[in-house]
Amino acid sequence: MDDIKYTPSQPNVRKYDPDKDYGTPKSESTTLVTLNIDGVDVTVPEGTSIMHAAQLGGVTVPKLCATDSLDPFGSCRLCLVEIEGRRGYPASCTTPVAPGLKVKTQTSKLADIRRGVMELYISDHPLDCLTCAANGDCELQDMAGAVGLREVRYGYEGENHLGQAKDESNPYFTFDASKCIVCSRCVRACEETQGTFALTIQGRGFDSKVSAGNKDFLDSECVSCGACVQACPTATLMEKTVIEAGTPEHKVTTTCAYCGVGCSFDAEMKGEEVVRMTPSKEGGANHGHSCVKGRFAWGYATHADRITTPMIRKSIHDPWQKVSWEEAISYAASEIQRIQARYGKDAVGGITSSRCTNEEVYVTQKLIRAVFGSNNVDTCARVCHSPTGYGLKQTLGESAGTQTFDSVMKSDVIFVMGANPTDGHPVFGSLMKRRLREGAKLIVADPRAIDLVENSPHVRADFHLNLRPGTNVALITALAHVVVTEGLVQEAFVKARCEWDSFVTWRDFVAKPENSPEALAKELGLDAELVREAARLFATGGNAAIYYGLGVTEHSQGSTTVMGIANLAMATGNVGREGVGVNPLRGQNNVQGSCDMGSMPHEFPGYRHVADDETRALFEQAWGVKLSADPGLRIPNMLDLAAEGSFKAVYCVGEDIAQSDPDTQHVTHALESMECVIVQDLFLNETAKFAHVFFPGASFLEKNGTFTNAERRISPVRKVMTPKNGMEDWEITAKFSTALGYPMHYTHASEIMDEIAALTPTFKGVSFKKLDELGSIQWPCNDEAPEGTPTMHVDEFVRGKGKFFITQYVATTERVNAKFPLILTTGRILSQYNVGAQTRRTQNVVWHAEDLIEIHPHDAEERGIQEGDWVGISSRAGQTVLRAKITERVQPGVVYTTFHHPESGANVITTDNSDWATNCPEYKVTAVQVSRVNQLSDWQKEYRTFSDTQIELTGMDPHTVVS
Amino acid sequence: MDIEKLIKMANQIGDFFEANPDAEDAKLEIAGHLKKFWNSVMIKAIVAHVQQQQGAGLHPRVVAAIQQHVSV
Ligand code: SF4
Ligand code: SF4
Ligand code: SF4
Ligand code: FES
Repeated sequence: MDDIKYTPSQPNVRKYDPDKDYGTPKSESTTLVTLNIDGVDVTVPEGTSIMHAAQLGGVTVPKLCATDSLDPFGSCRLCLVEIEGRRGYPASCTTPVAPGLKVKTQTSKLADIRRGVMELYISDHPLDCLTCAANGDCELQDMAGAVGLREVRYGYEGENHLGQAKDESNPYFTFDASKCIVCSRCVRACEETQGTFALTIQGRGFDSKVSAGNKDFLDSECVSCGACVQACPTATLMEKTVIEAGTPEHKVTTTCAYCGVGCSFDAEMKGEEVVRMTPSKEGGANHGHSCVKGRFAWGYATHADRITTPMIRKSIHDPWQKVSWEEAISYAASEIQRIQARYGKDAVGGITSSRCTNEEVYVTQKLIRAVFGSNNVDTCARVCHSPTGYGLKQTLGESAGTQTFDSVMKSDVIFVMGANPTDGHPVFGSLMKRRLREGAKLIVADPRAIDLVENSPHVRADFHLNLRPGTNVALITALAHVVVTEGLVQEAFVKARCEWDSFVTWRDFVAKPENSPEALAKELGLDAELVREAARLFATGGNAAIYYGLGVTEHSQGSTTVMGIANLAMATGNVGREGVGVNPLRGQNNVQGSCDMGSMPHEFPGYRHVADDETRALFEQAWGVKLSADPGLRIPNMLDLAAEGSFKAVYCVGEDIAQSDPDTQHVTHALESMECVIVQDLFLNETAKFAHVFFPGASFLEKNGTFTNAERRISPVRKVMTPKNGMEDWEITAKFSTALGYPMHYTHASEIMDEIAALTPTFKGVSFKKLDELGSIQWPCNDEAPEGTPTMHVDEFVRGKGKFFITQYVATTERVNAKFPLILTTGRILSQYNVGAQTRRTQNVVWHAEDLIEIHPHDAEERGIQEGDWVGISSRAGQTVLRAKITERVQPGVVYTTFHHPESGANVITTDNSDWATNCPEYKVTAVQVSRVNQLSDWQKEYRTFSDTQIELTGMDPHTVVS
Repeated sequence: MDIEKLIKMANQIGDFFEANPDAEDAKLEIAGHLKKFWNSVMIKAIVAHVQQQQGAGLHPRVVAAIQQHVSV
């Protein structure tokens, strides 16, 4: 690889400049229209506005109320033009092009009108441009200049809106009403882009003003997505960081490090300091939209709790010793060697994370396979989407979602199962809501009423199948029963595209009377007719797409449900084009990528089994070592063997198994039993409290690499500041490998991607250079698809013919009884992310300071529980205490919580039950009892003491460290 | 490796293939799944359990699958 040196093909660091704004959205029409603007012929798609056409032709028309992310509104009257043969002065933003039009954008009459308009605006606007946060980045200022405004004849003394109080309640942006020009861009952004409808224009004429439902922003419906801030042409809605630091001077495009949507952002910088992150318009996944996490919650990267010096210790009861990188790495290497010499090479392993870049995951699994000498590598996808990998590979032939996010705009029926897009995948959730407002039908299968069911403005589920937790397979089979027995199968599709024999076996199975909605109604807790109606809608309503999440996978039959979903999509012909498909919504940013990169113990990169001789020979040749054909240990196997004493060391990169894995007490016991736990992370996470070596990691702002989102989109992560820990994460792993006697000589993350591309057919065409050119690439990217593959399985399935699998419902062993009469299920919320190590270190805590237990009023009353009470939750595995939130969102018999705070101990109660195929834990079903208590659980008290001690052992103060 | 856990896991795998009307095929699938995803330590333990304890606790189809198609 030595001869391939990466130099960006275009400068990735660009001068800060607001993006070009075409004023109105692009027209998708393929019919072209030619018109003449200011003497120049311009040819544009039909439906384009004159304003947009002018901009394409290089002519800028003044504007204020228009911006190209929103539909035109036509209120400011600044963009007027003259059209030959038409009377008056039409607004160019609301007037579409027509063939042969002759348009003038600059005449003396137009100049007069525009000056008049601006004069009115400015007479009611504070003249503090020089000290304004938007100075140099304000469209009002630009327009005053553009129209040549030189005097304001009305004077500034008249009635005006100056001197109004600022609303600073939102932690990230300020609303300064006195600067508002009432262009309503914010209101429209909140409606059209975000779909929250938090803002309105109140009053009329001179009295009109922007209002967040008569509340301050924090108490309003606002979810702090930033769309209004992005759309505001003035300093009225402004990021607090810009108010403090001033306008940025350069920007670098990078990718959000939070969820699986994988939004593209411009890191807007002043030197090495981030001033703000703005969603980039070219972003293939987000098209200029964002959520509160990616847009605002990046402050954790410079948080005081970050550990930036390597540390080692002999025992977890010893104080940590700060050491140099050389010492830490050589100590870790010597420990691995000692342990392997004493207990055998299989006594060690590694765990990667979906928060790592592709390049980091790749080098880590390479280290474990090539240097540790076993396949004992696993990843946190084990606990979230491993059933997706298994189920989709079996049925369709590739362990990935089939569509782009944009595909949802062509769906007629959207089926959301066990996912909560508006909280878990907010930017995609907004896109989905947009499509639903356009009239697509919605089926939601979820035990709990997620926001999409009836809590989103202008969106309502046509069917809410609020099934009992743990009965997904029964539901998916009952839906299939209806499709098959009511003659709704797309036989032509099945005949042409699928293995007919497997279809026949499946058809005969689902058609059995015991799989009918009526037979399963009691188990499901659903009215059979509701299930029938939903199935009919899905099969006959046009393009039908399935979106699912952890509510599908995290069950003892997670893999079965995934296969059932694929069966249903194939039987109804809903695969292989836009608007349809099987879409796993991935939790973390790089779940897809980390799986692609061979982080599972049985697979090399590209999902090729370790026992496949040809693949193994390929890697043996490239890596120059003999590789094992024995599938390695999965995380739960590693932990079981550790608890039994035969698994002794683990290298944990970016993953926090002590918090995120089920049955916490079993996990911590396993960790305590190991002789060397190496943790690489930004913070002293829960696992690090059991560690012997701490390698400080770099944040996503401090390194180069790529993330792959839920639509298989590989997007670049770019280094915008020097790593505070001194090194990018892949460098740490490479140095660790070198210390173990296997030198890795990469000088840049791009060289790792080159190696991946050389060894993985689906990545063959991927390189950093191409990513610079195209922005992002959806794999497979190879000779047949040099620019990537937005929709998969178009003409045939990756496995050739699609295969149907029988999905026999097997009830989970986790059943309610007199002792544990309720079912606990878990989920997430918008403002926090996963274990919360990052988001808890930002002001996002104003929206979610603690995890609560949601209880139905009926169950609460029976137990004398009131809102806000301390409630003890006990299961077969353990006990914890949370505060109660009483709500009808959960059904009677079901309680619900999130797991963003370690002290909540949600995983103290989850059991070791897991998916039959992949051992993905059954987080979504735990039988529990709840009761009023007046103190924390024993586990929580012990946890507090242990955690405080561990923080003290680093030399930090437990009172100042965020827990 | 805790044999009880392995038995539970193997039975869960057996449950999935139980509905397969072709018993021979089902046994192949069960054995194939074990070989594909289980580490050799786990395979050895379950095979030993089948040989020495007649597969006590395992579903009959799983025992048959291991006897006929899994070796160490
Ligand atoms: S931040 Fe988002 S949700 Fe809040 S008001 Fe603005 S657009 Fe609406
Ligand atoms: S807050 Fe900004 S975007 Fe909203 S109406 Fe006022 S000036 Fe326009
Ligand atoms: S958290 Fe997800 S939706 Fe939010 S900005 Fe990041 S990638 Fe986008
Ligand atoms: S930009 Fe066209 S009316 Fe405001």
